Amino acid sequence: MSEIDVLYFAWVRERIGLPRERVTTGAATVAALVAELAAREDRYAAAFADVSALRVALDQDLADFDAPLDGVREVAFFPPMTGG
Amino acid sequence: MRVAVQAEAFDYGAESAAFAAAAEGAGAVVTFLGVVRDNGGALTAMEIEHYPGMTEKAIAGIVDQAAGRWPLTDALVIHRHGRLAPGEAIMMVATASRHRAAAFAAADFLMDYLKSRAPFWKKEIGADGAEWVAATEADEAALDRW
Repeated sequence: MSEIDVLYFAWVRERIGLPRERVTTGAATVAALVAELAAREDRYAAAFADVSALRVALDQDLADFDAPLDGVREVAFFPPMTGG
Repeated sequence: MRVAVQAEAFDYGAESAAFAAAAEGAGAVVTFLGVVRDNGGALTAMEIEHYPGMTEKAIAGIVDQAAGRWPLTDALVIHRHGRLAPGEAIMMVATASRHRAAAFAAADFLMDYLKSRAPFWKKEIGADGAEWVAATEADEAALDRW
């Protein structure tokens, strides 16, 4: 098990109801972490209902949902970005 | 090369003039200013959320990519976050190069990448409520040009 900071932005943050939290997890990949979070409560299930609508960053770099969590300290979930 | 992510307003004229003055050796300077649209009067404000830390890192990476593709002598990106009113400046990009084709192309590239690879999220606040701006397929398709 390891401790990871999980951050949420934009409507993901609003749907889950908090901007960040510390999660203790044994998940080996982002997808496994998503499955753990989605199983917690309805608000998490709602936020993660369609992962194709989400993006993930590991230690502040964009990553894929099948990426391993080895050594990762910060995971962020958010919708596609709308800068500019 | 300078990247600034800030809540404060910036002075587009002064920033552009300072950038051009410092662009020694460049024959071409291109600047772009992004402004909050009022959507025909329907928009009260625009709220821009970002991911402190990753934002600066992502933009610096995008600027590095541009500098690797075109012979830029300098580049500047300023992007605001927080609550902005219609007509306010959101962001600006400036590029300098010996020739205009590189300066234009690099500025265009920076804009396309800032739109969908820098962690900002826009929310439109109107009289009838608030809505997150959705990314479009066109935004993503724009990256394929490069």
